Amino acid sequence: MDRKKYNDEKKRYQETLSGCGCQDIEFTTVSGEEVGEIYTPDETEGFDYNEQLGFPGQYPYTRGVYPNMYRGRLWTQRQFAGFGTAKDTNGRYHYLLEHGQTGLSVAFDMPTIMGYDSDHKRSEGEVGRCGVAIDSLRDMEVLFDGIDLGAITTSMTINAPASILLAFYLCAGEKKGTAFDKMGGTIQNDILKEYIAQKSWIFPPEESLRIITNILAFCSDHVPRWNTISISGYHIREAGSTAIQELAFTLADGFAYVEAGIAAGLDVDKFAPRLSFFFNSHLDFFEEIVKYRAARRIWAKRMKEKYGAKNPKSLLLRFHTQTAGCTLTAQQPENNIVRTAFQAMSAVLGGTQSLHTNSMDETLALPSEKAVRIALRTQQIIAHETGVINTIDPLAGSYFIETRTNEMEEAAEAYFRKIDDLGGVVKAIDKGFFQREIQRSAYEYQKAFEAGRKVIVGLNRFKLENEEIDIPLLRIDEEVERQQKKAVQDARADRDNDKVARELERLKAAAEGTDNLMPVIIDCARCYATEGEIIDTLKGVFGEYKEPLFI
Amino acid sequence: MARKVRVLVAKPGLDGHDRGAKVVANALKDAGMEIIYTGLHQTPEMIAESAVQEDVDVVGLSILSGAHMTMFPRVMELMKEKGAEHIVIFGGGIIPAEDVEKLEKIGVARIFGPGTDTGDIVKFIRERFPEE
Repeated sequence: MDRKKYNDEKKRYQETLSGCGCQDIEFTTVSGEEVGEIYTPDETEGFDYNEQLGFPGQYPYTRGVYPNMYRGRLWTQRQFAGFGTAKDTNGRYHYLLEHGQTGLSVAFDMPTIMGYDSDHKRSEGEVGRCGVAIDSLRDMEVLFDGIDLGAITTSMTINAPASILLAFYLCAGEKKGTAFDKMGGTIQNDILKEYIAQKSWIFPPEESLRIITNILAFCSDHVPRWNTISISGYHIREAGSTAIQELAFTLADGFAYVEAGIAAGLDVDKFAPRLSFFFNSHLDFFEEIVKYRAARRIWAKRMKEKYGAKNPKSLLLRFHTQTAGCTLTAQQPENNIVRTAFQAMSAVLGGTQSLHTNSMDETLALPSEKAVRIALRTQQIIAHETGVINTIDPLAGSYFIETRTNEMEEAAEAYFRKIDDLGGVVKAIDKGFFQREIQRSAYEYQKAFEAGRKVIVGLNRFKLENEEIDIPLLRIDEEVERQQKKAVQDARADRDNDKVARELERLKAAAEGTDNLMPVIIDCARCYATEGEIIDTLKGVFGEYKEPLFI
Repeated sequence: MARKVRVLVAKPGLDGHDRGAKVVANALKDAGMEIIYTGLHQTPEMIAESAVQEDVDVVGLSILSGAHMTMFPRVMELMKEKGAEHIVIFGGGIIPAEDVEKLEKIGVARIFGPGTDTGDIVKFIRERFPEE
């Protein structure tokens, strides 16, 4: 390149530009990061392709975790679904599979997430409302009726009681004749982000981490195709964090699990290949893409350099993406289809391994069948019509994309140092560090659009007066709770209660000692102990978490 | 000295989505109100108890789990039992329009849905409890 010509032209451009004037708005990302009007070779000077990018499927994996990416196989189209009873949700699963969905994803109701049986006092009004109610192996058998668990993979969004729901799933498969090692799927099982953002905890952190390392050890021996933790930024972002905070806090959680596994005496190369990630895809198109690229690079480097991983699979940051629920508006809900499509496109350009696209009606209720079909079709249009799958990491080499990817990485590293200074993730949680950071960002975001500095179409600009919402909503019948209460009581009446009592006693002893809890939780599941009974037994030994309170 | 208006921000039910509750709490605090935050996973009994103990003027309930038709009526009932009907109850969350109507009928003063400007909530409280 003729350097003199470049410098002259750049100078001339800057002079012309300053004479042009700009609109009186903020040119910042949705996270409030300032970005430049143009990026040039000056920003990427000294750029080292081998160091910073490498080829797809090669260290440091910035360009993607597989050499062939979507030419080899599309991302998994995995819509998160669950409502009412196991039978209701089983119907939705058959519907989604018939319409071309390629993986299942279970949404549980709040009592299941918090470890209460459907007939517990605290479950009142909550049964089957925001997910499916599962109390015992019996419900799990109904949930997957007519579905071959050896042929499909299933993701379960479950954290504090993940060990129990995994046990129910494995036993349901076993009863249909599918061996543990033939079943594949994911449990979210990311308790650290529960304390940080999603706030569905049961046990204190130390005890929770013990259960998690038990799951890591058990699955690497017996359920090798299972993704044991889906380290999640999604909820951190939904709780109001910025893109950088989502990236940094999620990876910090990931490192904490790796350290916990190593401290429990496990071989990093045995469990790390089954760790996966779950990110949000928010509104800022390029900010999201650089977040995914930076995430892959940071993870690979740390796993290799700090944790000494040797297995290339330990270095791969594989991730699921969900479009950002918090960006959807209750006003003119059809506009949400468009928002979701752009967010899904970011995730695909960022190299996601699986994707959930939100339905347009999710700020109003659980998605209706039609809304969820449009959401699925959005992914199919991206995959089959837009041509973006043809070329891997097509934005690489862009001055803008590479500069921003580097900046994301540096900002995340600054957070890692801060977290280290606080004494690590668990200590930082105790001190309310993450919670305060997220709360502050959420409030800033709210203020930005209330002040009109940020635009939300249909909400603070381009509004419709006296808008009538005319999309059909899914209602959960009150009958569901009554039915489910009866189902769990019937299940307790139909089983060998002496055996259940003995197994729960064994579980208590295991929890008090140091044995792996998974085999005994599976034995409890097999004899139809309920989730609530298993959780109560563990609460008796482990106690419960109390959140630090502040505003 | 004038007594500041006292608001209890409460999270009934089992869901952990506290973003809205905390944003609203911060906005009310910035508007000069006294805020008491209950924390998560509260039962209606715990909320009614805190409201009376803390001698609040207003209670804001945030719920996103779909259990609003159980939680709100129960809180209203308990407030009545405790002779605390003067306390203004409002709410927010994912609540369909037809349920909003039902809740307003049993005395919930207002439901603020997704996309609410926090200024509207401040105004709603100020109309009932002017400064001084």
